[in-house]
Amino acid sequence: MRLSYPTNIKIIRVPCTGKVDILHILRAFEKGADGVYAVGCMEGDCHFTSGNFRARKRIEQAKVLLDTVGVGGERVEMFNLASSEGPLFAKFATEFVDKIKDLGPNPIKLKKKAA
Amino acid sequence: MIVADKKPIEEIIEELGAHEKILILGCNECVTVCEAGGKKEVGILASALRMYFLNQERDVKIDEETLQRQCDHEYLEEIRDKVDQYDAIVSIACGVGVQFTAEKYFSTPVYPGVNTCFMGATEERGLWTERCQGCGQCILARTGGICPVSRCAKRVLNGPCGGSSDGKCEINKEVICAWQLIVERLKALDRFDDYEELSPLKDWSTDRAGGPRKVVREDVQP
Ligand code: SF4
Ligand code: SF4
Repeated sequence: MRLSYPTNIKIIRVPCTGKVDILHILRAFEKGADGVYAVGCMEGDCHFTSGNFRARKRIEQAKVLLDTVGVGGERVEMFNLASSEGPLFAKFATEFVDKIKDLGPNPIKLKKKAA
Repeated sequence: MIVADKKPIEEIIEELGAHEKILILGCNECVTVCEAGGKKEVGILASALRMYFLNQERDVKIDEETLQRQCDHEYLEEIRDKVDQYDAIVSIACGVGVQFTAEKYFSTPVYPGVNTCFMGATEERGLWTERCQGCGQCILARTGGICPVSRCAKRVLNGPCGGSSDGKCEINKEVICAWQLIVERLKALDRFDDYEELSPLKDWSTDRAGGPRKVVREDVQP
């Protein structure tokens, strides 16, 4: 299966989305990421039982924090799919990149440059 | 342990006003365990504040430090060399840590970054409940190891009161009646006869009613 998806995504592999911490997400934005999304297994299918539920909670917490500090909670998202769903992976990637493009660059990044 | 909860970041931002060089100071003990004021929470708060100030186009330096404890001189001394670099400290230790830091670094404003709540236990991750109010005269030996001072809304010492129903307290159906627990535990310990004994008057002068308290231990003093 040869699928293409946007090339401006930097994939960071983790053993389970449960490993994704709110601090990782915040640091990514501090370093200038325009958006961050986590792709986990289907809910109920986590090999470690609840990793993807934890990830979703942290994504929700990150949304609130990012809204508070003015970066925008809509720049972070969680997606779920099965490991066999390559086309869906590509679809989520394209959708998310389009959404972030509409939102424009991370405001922090712009202000850091200006400073 | 001492249980604390995070303050909303908006409140911390307001506390900080126009300060420009800020140290976020965590503590490795109780507040780390209750996930409110440890190294990780220092990182989250610092990161969020950096982004907030950048977005406001304000040049604010935010540094991070987590001490073993903030309620002991020896650990608090570790930041003495660098305190002068900051015009404010946000301590996310319990209220004791915030105050001890403020006493030690007298001319640096120290702001609380958490709400200190009570002495309690971790029932499960994300759920902490009160167990002790430090009354200074522990009566757990009489009450089957369950504390009516902290767990009974009325601090009744010969309970339950008339409001106990189905094992729940009248203040809230979700609160277990402490005296129900005491009765059950005394039965389990085969000590139910003790329940019939009236509790003597408790000396509350060792509680907060007697003003700020101190413990002096000459045996361990240098
Ligand atoms: S009786 Fe006093 S010291 Fe003992 S657990 Fe209760 S509040 Fe704490
Ligand atoms: S119902 Fe139980 S816990 Fe509540 S006030 Fe009465 S004795 Fe105390």
